[in-house]
Amino acid sequence: MNSKRPVNLDLSKFHFPLPAITSILHRVTGVLLFIGIAFLLYGLNLSLSGEDGFAAVHGIMQSFLAKLIVWGIVSALLYHLVAGIRHLLMDMDIGETLEGGRLGAKIVVVVSIVLIVLAGVWIW
Amino acid sequence: MDMVSSVTNFGRSGVYDWMVQRVTAIVLALYTIFMLGFILLSSDLNYATWSALFSNTWMRIFSLMALISIGAHAWVGLWTITTDYLKVTSARFIVQALCGVVMFIYFVWGVQILWGL
Repeated sequence: MNSKRPVNLDLSKFHFPLPAITSILHRVTGVLLFIGIAFLLYGLNLSLSGEDGFAAVHGIMQSFLAKLIVWGIVSALLYHLVAGIRHLLMDMDIGETLEGGRLGAKIVVVVSIVLIVLAGVWIW
Repeated sequence: MDMVSSVTNFGRSGVYDWMVQRVTAIVLALYTIFMLGFILLSSDLNYATWSALFSNTWMRIFSLMALISIGAHAWVGLWTITTDYLKVTSARFIVQALCGVVMFIYFVWGVQILWGL
């Protein structure tokens, strides 16, 4: 690699178009989900441990903090899923042009927001 | 043509990793949609329904597939992210090793939940 090439990695000076934002969010939600799995496995373990454990999970889910954490995980999951489906479609040459990429990013944002709001309504 | 390869790559080749990422993504998408659908459609979810679901052999196989997919999918994703942002080899190695340990814990924990009923 030519080490003399000019490099500008000052992220604060970058202009991020929407497709760049949806891409970085896919990464961020992926990392969040990796951490979130610990909470999901904890809940699954407790809920399957018996009647008492199931009731305990139900009890935990009454608290605001637990609802917020679950909503956060479900939101990350929904976004990651929607953005991931877009990836698979792009593998099939759907929405691969510059315009298609911009439109796809907008669709991902709109669909995710709708699903995340619905998930919030469902959890509360 | 020289393929991009690294010793910490999941399959020692970018093309293989790309394929693993897609196959596991489909498994995880199906599992996510199934689980969300099951919880949403069970109007009054109780312990009996919940434990009956996870006592089915097919559900345990499906869940184990999802668990393995999480490990492989997260490895490819986190490998990509760590190689992009962590330029210091020792730091990258430590973070990647930590991710590997967490994945292994998730896997063993998940197996224990599924078969330890």
